[in-house]
Amino acid sequence: MSEQAARHIQEVEFPSPGEILRRRTLSHKGFMIGAGVLCFLLLVAVLAPVLAPNDPYRQDLGNRLVAPIWHETGTWDHPLGTDNLGRDYLSRLMYGARISLLIGVSAMIISGLIGVSLGIVAGYFGGRVDMVVSFLITTRLSMPVVLVALAVVALIGGSLNVIILVLGLLIWDRFAVVMRSSTQQIRSIDYVSAAKAIGCSTPRILFTEVMPNILNNLIVVATLEIAHAVLLEAALSFLGMGVQPPLPSWGLMVSEGKEFMLFSPWIIMIPGFVLSLLVLSINLMGDGIRDITAPEGRS
Amino acid sequence: MLTYTLKRFSLAVLVALTVSFVTFMLLRFSGDPAAALAGVNATPREIEFVRVKYGLDRPVVIQYAAWARRALKGDFGESNYFNQPVEAIIGGRLSVTMTLGGCALAFAVLLAIPMGVLAAVRPNTWIDRAALTVSVIGQAMPSFFFGLILIIVFGVMLRWLPVSGSSSWRHFVLPSIALGYYATPAIMRLTRSGMIEVLASDFIRTAKAKGLRSGSVLFKHALRNAIIPVVSLLAVQFGFMLGGSLVIETIFAINGVGFLGYESIARADLPMVQAIVLLVSMFYVVLTFLADLLNAFLDPRIRVG
Repeated sequence: MSEQAARHIQEVEFPSPGEILRRRTLSHKGFMIGAGVLCFLLLVAVLAPVLAPNDPYRQDLGNRLVAPIWHETGTWDHPLGTDNLGRDYLSRLMYGARISLLIGVSAMIISGLIGVSLGIVAGYFGGRVDMVVSFLITTRLSMPVVLVALAVVALIGGSLNVIILVLGLLIWDRFAVVMRSSTQQIRSIDYVSAAKAIGCSTPRILFTEVMPNILNNLIVVATLEIAHAVLLEAALSFLGMGVQPPLPSWGLMVSEGKEFMLFSPWIIMIPGFVLSLLVLSINLMGDGIRDITAPEGRS
Repeated sequence: MLTYTLKRFSLAVLVALTVSFVTFMLLRFSGDPAAALAGVNATPREIEFVRVKYGLDRPVVIQYAAWARRALKGDFGESNYFNQPVEAIIGGRLSVTMTLGGCALAFAVLLAIPMGVLAAVRPNTWIDRAALTVSVIGQAMPSFFFGLILIIVFGVMLRWLPVSGSSSWRHFVLPSIALGYYATPAIMRLTRSGMIEVLASDFIRTAKAKGLRSGSVLFKHALRNAIIPVVSLLAVQFGFMLGGSLVIETIFAINGVGFLGYESIARADLPMVQAIVLLVSMFYVVLTFLADLLNAFLDPRIRVG
C-alpha cells in the first residue's frame, strides 16, 4: 500500500453513533411527519387558552350549527363553525386536544409502570415467576377491554381520573409482553453474567444492565400505548360513558354531532379527522422509532 | 399431544375462573347492586331491604361462590330490567352477534389475505405501499368514526344500504365492513411477512424450477405454508371482534349481544353485564385454546417444547 493511499484512509471520517442516529432520524419520512404533526398538536393543546378564539364553553343559541369557513355561509367569527349549542368548534377542538393527550399519556404511564415491572421481573427471573406473570397476561387478554372499561367507568362515573385509572389498569398487557421477551433476550448475555459475577445486586443489574438495553423497545410500546389509550377514551366518550359534557372530548364531540351529521357532515368529520390524525401521528412516530433504533438497519 | 392438550385445557379453565372472579369483583366494587335493583327513587331503608333479601350483605367472596355455582349450571340470575333469566335474553341475541362477527371476519380475510399476498409478491412497489397505507389508516381511525363515515357515504349519500337494524342480510353489510376493517392490518402484515419468508425458501425455487405455473406455486405451495400462523391469528381476532362489536352494534342499532351489553351498562343491569363480560371472555378463551391445539397439531415442535 502506498503512503498516499494510507493517508487517504486516515482522512475518511467515521460518523459518531449520535451522528448516525441523527441522520437515520432525519431521513425517516414517517417519523418526521408523525413527530411534526404530534408536536403541532401538543403545542395547540398546551397553548389552547392563548390560541382559542373563543370560550369553548360559552353557548350562543342564536348562532347554532354555523358552517365552517369553507362553506358559503361560513364566517371568520367561527372558522370551524359552531355546534348545536352555538359553542365555537375551533376552540372546543383545541381544548379537546388537552383531554386526549392528558388521558393518553397518563393512562400510558400507569399501564407502563404495571406492565414494565411485571414484564422485566418475569423475563429476568423466569421459572415460577414467569408462569404467574404469563398467566396474568393471558387473563388480562381474555377480558374484553371496551366492555369492561365501559362498565366500570359508567358505574363509578366518568371523571377524568376514573377514566385514566381504569384504562391504565387495563392496557398494561403489551408492555408486559414486550418487556418480558426483551428481558429474556438480555438475561443470558455476557455483560449480565459479568455483573452477577462481580456481585452486583439484582435491582442494580435490572436498572443499570437490563433497563438501558430494553429502553428502545419500551419507548416504542409506550408511544403506541398512548394511541391505544386515546382511541379507547374516544370510544368511551362517544358511547356517552367516558368524559362527560360539557368537556370538549373529541369522541364526545362526534357523539354530540351525530344527530346533525346528515345535514352538516362536517360536525362529525372535523373532530373525527383530528382524532385520526393524532392517533396516526403517534403510530407513525412509534413505528419510526422502531425502524430507527432497530440494529439490523444500522449500517 | 394428549399431555399438551390437557395442560392447555387446565390453563384455559384456570383463566376462565380468574376472569369471572376479577370481573365479578370489579363490577361489585364499581356500583352498588342493591341500589341498582331498588331503583332510582328508593329510600335508604328500601335499599337495605333489597340488600338483605338478595343476599348482597354477605361477604363478596361468598357472593361470588354462590354466583359461580349457579353460573356453572347455566343460571346467571335474573335481569333487573327484563325480569327474565339473563341467559334466555342473551341466547336470543347471540345469533345476531355471531352472524355479524362471521361476516366481519370473512370481509377481513377476503381483503387482507389477497392484499398480503400481493404485497409479498411485489415488495416495495406501489401495491405494497398501498397495502401498508390501508393498514396504517385502519389502525388510526376510531371504529365509531369509520362506521359513521360508512353511514354517511353508503347509507345517506348513495342510498345503497340500510344503516340501522338487523332484519335482512343487507343490514349486515356496512357493520361487517366497519368491524372487519380493524382486523385487516394484523392479518395482512402476518400474511405478507409469512409469504416473503416462504417465497425465499428452497422448495419454492424447486417448484419453480420444475416449471410449475406461478399461480400454482403461489397458492398451492407458498400460501398453504404461510397461512398456518394466520389461522391462529384469525381465532384471536374473532375473539377481539366480539368484544369490539359493542361499538359497531350500537352505531348501527343491531340487536346483538354488544348492543345489549351497552344498554345493560346504561341501565346498571349488573347480572346482565356480568354474564355478557363472562361470555365474551369465555369465547376468547375457547378460541385461543382451539388455536393453540391447531398450531400444536400442525407444528410438532410446539407440543414437545
